Amino acid sequence: MRLIVPIKQVPETSNVKMDPETGTMVRSGVEAIVNPLDLYAIEAALRLREAHGGQVVALSMGPPAADKALREAMAMGCDEAVLLSDRRFAGSDTWATAYALAQAIRKLGPFDLIICGERATDGDTGQVGPGIASFLGLPAITYVSKIGELADGGVRVERLVEGGRERLWAALPAVLTVVKEIAYPRLPTLRGKQRARQAQVPVWGPPEIEAREDWLGLKGSPTRVVKIEKPQVARQGELIRIKESEDVDRAVDAVMARLREWRILS
Amino acid sequence: MTDWVDVWTLAEQHEGKLHSVSFELLARGRALAEAKGCRLCAVVLGAEVSQAQAEELIARGADRVYVVEHPALAHFAVEPFAGALRHLVETYHPEVVIAAATTTGRTLMPYLSVQVHAGLTADCTGLEIDPKTGNLLQTRPAIGGNIMATIVTPDARPQMATVRPRSMRPAPRQEGRTGEVVRVSVPEALLASRVRLESFERDEGEIPLADADVVVSGGRGMGRAEGFRLLGELAEALGGSVGASRAAVDRGWQPYPHQVGLSGKTVSPRLYLACGISGSIQHLAGMQTSEHIIAINADPDAQIFQVADVGIVGDLFQVLPALLERIREAKGTP
Ligand SMILES: Cc1cc2nc3c(=O)[nH]c(=O)nc-3n(C[C@H](O)[C@H](O)[C@H](O)COP(=O)(O)OP(=O)(O)OC[C@H]3O[C@@H](n4cnc5c(N)ncnc54)[C@H](O)[C@@H]3O)c2cc1C
Ligand SMILES: Nc1ncnc2c1ncn2[C@@H]1O[C@H](COP(=O)(O)O)[C@@H](O)[C@H]1O
Repeated sequence: MRLIVPIKQVPETSNVKMDPETGTMVRSGVEAIVNPLDLYAIEAALRLREAHGGQVVALSMGPPAADKALREAMAMGCDEAVLLSDRRFAGSDTWATAYALAQAIRKLGPFDLIICGERATDGDTGQVGPGIASFLGLPAITYVSKIGELADGGVRVERLVEGGRERLWAALPAVLTVVKEIAYPRLPTLRGKQRARQAQVPVWGPPEIEAREDWLGLKGSPTRVVKIEKPQVARQGELIRIKESEDVDRAVDAVMARLREWRILS
Repeated sequence: MTDWVDVWTLAEQHEGKLHSVSFELLARGRALAEAKGCRLCAVVLGAEVSQAQAEELIARGADRVYVVEHPALAHFAVEPFAGALRHLVETYHPEVVIAAATTTGRTLMPYLSVQVHAGLTADCTGLEIDPKTGNLLQTRPAIGGNIMATIVTPDARPQMATVRPRSMRPAPRQEGRTGEVVRVSVPEALLASRVRLESFERDEGEIPLADADVVVSGGRGMGRAEGFRLLGELAEALGGSVGASRAAVDRGWQPYPHQVGLSGKTVSPRLYLACGISGSIQHLAGMQTSEHIIAINADPDAQIFQVADVGIVGDLFQVLPALLERIREAKGTP
């Protein structure tokens, strides 16, 4: 099987610091990492390769520094990596990102599956995977929690939806986006790291992927961010402090009274 | 030049039953249609769509309902659904199309937005019409909920957005509302699918978190997995479900489907009981539209208290057992 995994480099946001004056993220000292949810996509692809043979190609669009993310993917076991990097890609929304990635995938040649993460932790849209499928005219199955056997020129998968799980069959080639349940991502190996360090990671720009320039970057993006503000929270409630054990009864009384008032208990 | 008119919402239905998220979208759509002075239209796609379903959408605020019925639309698959919606969009030219940010909407909308070359904003919590330009202002949390970003689509049409389920109350039924039902047939070629549904397994037992009237949630303050047993009993006594913060899910105390927040589920129950949860902005993003909130936390400065109707500053292991006992007493169950 030939498997393509689009991965995004994102800021390590679990400890985001915000500038209270400007409402923007403090970027200095923030480490760039592989989008955590993309590690699951890589793992899913590596397992398919282990079961059926073939090749896994990691693909990323981003600044030159995204090279590091691709080498991390190679250290985990991906066979090849390609970086899309050029000033003309800058400012892409999900439409333009999906277009550029789809063009690169056309360039990469025949494949069986494209496996994306559920969403990127920075943009947090989950739109790029289905967008790639749409540009390539392929079926997309999102929220995949299990990849099963290959059958009848297709693949069986399980998809998590509201209230249950669907078992689906999809003809290949197809685009999948995977959730955390798929498989726990492996750590890079020492040998993998060595190989990744020495590997060639080609950098492609718009000419290499034969892209229409008016469909790239900010110019090619239908959406615009026009305002950024800090979210506010407010609801003035009653506060009960427990200092001694009698206070527990008082607190429980207060809660019971409210449960009745709100008709949660009759 | 094409004239783009009307606000559209995508109704979701399963086996002939409209999902309440369809009515939440109509509540959003109604406000937008009023601001624009245009019609509000609902779209329903399915294998069979009854007149009663279409009329229900009208009673909840739609002026016009577009119905596409075809066996290929019995279950969601992105190709035929996008094909049908694309046909409607290219025939009637809606100015705004909104869908729910469900597994369906989050798959269908990006697929369609590429086909019709439209802008799409994911997971909006606020939608408004800019009084100056008439454009749709789409507000959504970004960078882990630390900021709210407002996004517009200045030129491309339609303006498309997915909306967080439960971020708005469903539009109520208004008896006597009238509207028209337009049944549309879509060329077969647009309805082909390379994906087949082989079976569906419903999650048994518990009430799905997003539908629960009461959510009893625990965070890192629960200390360990066993702590959640107490929450389970409490949820059962109150007829609700158990939720968790990411910190609790990351520690394996609850499975991921129970995570509430930005990267988990959004819930809007009648009561949200937060136990040992600090109230990070990402957690608040998934529960602050709850009708009532009670929080128990040892730290008087915990941010969760800023959204709570009742805050209890103290040890949850003292409060919860006592509360459970009183609730059971009140219900007359041992
Ligand atoms: C991109 C991104 C997405 C995220 N998505 C989510 C999400 O979807 N959902 C989510 O929840 N988080 C999410 N987070 C994580 C979030 O930032 C917080 O880390 C998390 O919500 C903290 O969980 P917590 O409140 O359980 O833990 P903590 O912040 O550690 O709080 C534990 C609380 O328990 C209290 N406590 C301890 N012991 C007791 C006791 N005995 N009695 C009473 N109180 C006690 C403490 O005072 C403390 O306030 C996300 C973060 C990022 C960056
Ligand atoms: N710039 C990018 N380069 C490569 N893959 C990307 C990029 N942006 C998004 N993706 C892929 O699309 C998925 C969804 O991202 P998003 O739609 O931005 O939330 C990610 O998990 C990646 O698999």
